Amino acid sequence: MMLIPCPWCGPREEAEFHYGGQAHVSYPADPAALSDADWARYLFFRDNPKGPFAERWNHSASCRRWFNVIRDTVTNEILAVYPAGQPKPVIA
Amino acid sequence: MAEQTLLRQSPLAFAADRLAEVTRATGGAVYIAELPFLTQLNLRLDPKGPAAEAGALELGVPLPTGPGAATSGPAGSDELTVVWLGPDEWLVIGPPGTESDLAARLRSAIGDEHAAVVDVSAQRTTLELSGPRARDLLASGCALDLHPRVFGEGASAQTLLARAQVILVGRRDGAFRVLVRASFAAYLVDWLIDASVEYRVTR
Repeated sequence: MMLIPCPWCGPREEAEFHYGGQAHVSYPADPAALSDADWARYLFFRDNPKGPFAERWNHSASCRRWFNVIRDTVTNEILAVYPAGQPKPVIA
Repeated sequence: MAEQTLLRQSPLAFAADRLAEVTRATGGAVYIAELPFLTQLNLRLDPKGPAAEAGALELGVPLPTGPGAATSGPAGSDELTVVWLGPDEWLVIGPPGTESDLAARLRSAIGDEHAAVVDVSAQRTTLELSGPRARDLLASGCALDLHPRVFGEGASAQTLLARAQVILVGRRDGAFRVLVRASFAAYLVDWLIDASVEYRVTR
């Protein structure tokens, strides 16, 4: 069980959260111009790093806000928590 | 055509006797009772805007500004409690039967400002827990630190209690209010009664 620090409510257990997949996947500026292959790439292709990964979480059992987390996929260590819409912080 | 009478029934009306039995069996160490039909209004507005000021003034209770807080006033049967639910969202809890009046007052105080007042009284029912072991009882199903230094009067949290989503509000004299969705209430009462078995007085 991970302890996830919600930017509003503080550290809470993982069961209170919903996972939202990879963060910073932006909607295509001109979706109609995309080829089928590009559209499939936007819809279905996600990074799968071994190490720090920026992902979205929703604190569904409490404040119901979305936020971004950088989590190390090997150790589950949470390296940064920042509001949705903000650029990804640089992790040394 | 036969005249129809619709009677409002609280989600835990059937469990009142079983809850009273808990108090008897534990020798008063745990007291659990339903507070049915409390007024609950969901209030959404910009916490820094004029609507927040107007709303708080009309309620006579300041809106809690951060997570984990609840404000109340004035003590007595008209007491209002405002619980922080999110950065722009609050729950106003008041005495039963006042929902239309309170919502109308809030709406007229806020006027044309950007805000939403929604009556959600039927969404949840309220359990009152008190007694010397009430805190231990809740702690056995809740991951939060409920020590009186951390979670005393004026504290609140939305969290999971025995896997059910609840709003906990710390009250005077170590008592708690547990707001639970109507459809989860029967389950939560079953769980509370089972969890209170260890505080029964053996004769």
